[in-house]
Amino acid sequence: MNTQTDSSFSVVHPIDHLMRADRLPHILCAGCGIGTVIHSYVHAINEFGVDEDRHVCVSGIGCSGRAAGYVNVDSYHTTHGRALPFALGIAVYNPELTVTVISGDGDLMAIGGNHFIHAARRNANLNVICINNFNYGMTGGQVGPTTPVGAKGTTAPQGSVEHPFNLPHLAKAAGASFVARWTVLHVRQFTDAVLRAMNKKGFCFIEVLAPCPTSFGRRNNLGEGLDEVEMYRQRCRIENGAQDLEPLDIDIVDHEQTITVGNFVDIERAAFLA
Amino acid sequence: MAKTAAKIVPPQPVSRVVTGTHFMLGDHACAEGAMAAGLDFFGGYPITPSTEVAEHLATRLPAVGGKYVQMEDELGSIAAIIGASVAGARSFTATSGPGFSLMMENIGLAAMMEIPIVIVDVMRASPSTGLPTMVGQADILQARWGSHGDYGVVAYCPSSPQECFELTIDAFNAADRYRVPVFILMDEVVGHMAERVVIPDADKIPHVSRKRPQTKPGVEPFLPYAPDKDLVPPMAHAGEGYKVHMTGLTHDERGYPHLTADTHNQLINRLIDKVRLNAPDIIDYEERHVDDAETVVIAYGCTARSARAAVDYARSDGLKCGLLRPKTIWPFPATRIERLINKGSVQRFIVPEVNLGQLRREIERITQLPVVGLNHAGGEMPTPKAILEVIKS
Amino acid sequence: MKSDDDITQRRPMDMPLARVPVGDVHVIAERCKECGYCIEYCPTQVLVYTKEMNTKGYHYPIVAEGKETSCVHCKYCDLICPELAIYTTSSDDDRDSDG
Repeated sequence: MNTQTDSSFSVVHPIDHLMRADRLPHILCAGCGIGTVIHSYVHAINEFGVDEDRHVCVSGIGCSGRAAGYVNVDSYHTTHGRALPFALGIAVYNPELTVTVISGDGDLMAIGGNHFIHAARRNANLNVICINNFNYGMTGGQVGPTTPVGAKGTTAPQGSVEHPFNLPHLAKAAGASFVARWTVLHVRQFTDAVLRAMNKKGFCFIEVLAPCPTSFGRRNNLGEGLDEVEMYRQRCRIENGAQDLEPLDIDIVDHEQTITVGNFVDIERAAFLA
Repeated sequence: MAKTAAKIVPPQPVSRVVTGTHFMLGDHACAEGAMAAGLDFFGGYPITPSTEVAEHLATRLPAVGGKYVQMEDELGSIAAIIGASVAGARSFTATSGPGFSLMMENIGLAAMMEIPIVIVDVMRASPSTGLPTMVGQADILQARWGSHGDYGVVAYCPSSPQECFELTIDAFNAADRYRVPVFILMDEVVGHMAERVVIPDADKIPHVSRKRPQTKPGVEPFLPYAPDKDLVPPMAHAGEGYKVHMTGLTHDERGYPHLTADTHNQLINRLIDKVRLNAPDIIDYEERHVDDAETVVIAYGCTARSARAAVDYARSDGLKCGLLRPKTIWPFPATRIERLINKGSVQRFIVPEVNLGQLRREIERITQLPVVGLNHAGGEMPTPKAILEVIKS
Repeated sequence: MKSDDDITQRRPMDMPLARVPVGDVHVIAERCKECGYCIEYCPTQVLVYTKEMNTKGYHYPIVAEGKETSCVHCKYCDLICPELAIYTTSSDDDRDSDG
């Protein structure tokens, strides 16, 4: 007999009312960080305190794009790369809604990269959570726009030779009002950043590093999800308000390199038709 | 030097419906049609020969409280108007062939999610950059089959600025009525032609509303994809509390992904049938002297203007000739043509087009009678004389 | 010169009044995928894997023997769980059910 009391087993989580709980467990792999991001996001909605009926979630395509399918708000799972202009249409037409885009690094930064810089340039009133797992996970681990140099993917078996985007630097340069980078280990800081984004008018961008043990970790000696999160714990350095974002590249291959996280940018700038 | 007198700037019209008689560009008439139809949101990207639609709305729409956004590209335009539409807007974009091609993927999304949107494609000579400032009619099949997969659409084809106004209103009503992407296939000649446009009183503008949920949000369950008898499900908008989920994935009545062959087959057949079974209510055409006609010219857009003149000349020469002008290209008025054939007098069809036979193929599909094309790849439209020569041949 | 020991032995004046929260752990076993985040990052090492498996074949967490009163209700296991499969409630006050 184990030491559990009957009350220790449950079928309902206290935040289930903000989830489409009838769809759980979700399709994401064991150790995948996307579930944690979704969880932190609904936690932020809960804390946000406004009517969740007035909050909208938009996703693109890919593993991260499935986020919209699990949250119990008006949610739209759109086409690959087009979550941002879709969300812009909602936010501009009805400025009373808060709109959050949750999608992956490939969706937002490769196929949707043009929309990203222009939504930031306009300072569209959107919260954008970019789940960065350094690869295209849904299609089996191809390299993408954030894959660090030297990291392996099925389409770069010898290691990627392309320079990746440094997303906070890109977002700041394009004109975002709020820019942060956290990992799924930093759930409290990440949730707090999402809350700040929800309470701020304008284009708010949060990159969140998340393990993809199945497609990325496996090919890059990062072990299980737990091992990758432990790597974040050892290598991350918090530098809130960091001014110079240009040096904040992420080097996965060199384990001596630090990964800088924090809330970097928080400026006031007129939001677009908000 | 004498001061020049201050220019008197006439006040901008701020009403949605500018009732009256105007001398108006086809592109502007289309924009005014959208205004009269209750346009809320326009997202577009400049492209010849449709830019005048966008330019006109950039002034008109914000003046009545609508939202005008110039997007970064046509991929963004189409996504933004679908987004605005899920939030409840009557939304619209204007483009031409190259931009229309870029929109194709999300036209499939609008069809799959059943989001009402209206797109005007002012056709120019194509493919590729082609002749940007010169006429074409070669997007007829792109409009029907351009996105991947099977789905239903509605496409109108105006022949005059007056019709640009009227059919744009019809387009918005059809989009909301059937929850489908609706196209207005104008061509460069009609778009850049100025003619008399009569705009009626605001209360004479036909308006069909979206079907909306009958249940209270959060109290009773609402299935966003449970269709009524007409195969169209009621639509809940973002922010109303229904907490809908919409996806481009194959989905069940709850809107949840349901990735099975059976669900897919059922869903796609409904999307097709939604237009197919309601086609009698959607289809619109104009006929001229077809009752006893032995030769029937089928023409649309600018080409129909030459064809009408050619048919009138032929009649005055005693030839039994008529004109059938589809105002809706999709759904195609096949039943009407079949009835004409069954009457027995028709011996052949002539189909002049500024493409190499796109609509002719549709007519060949439904008849064994000779179907003669008069085609030009683009850049100029057939003259009445050229069509008359084919009638007389 | 003060030694380091002196500094570490300093205590807040209201220390005797402070109460360490006590929590109860709740597990939704069928959602668990055995990623191990809750077990690894529990600050008081309350959790261990079960020997039993859920329907999908994963060993889910349970409270370790002898750790029944060790949960401090910090909610970190809840927040980091990608599956929404674990949460804690306060044992101090039954009315506190915010997880």
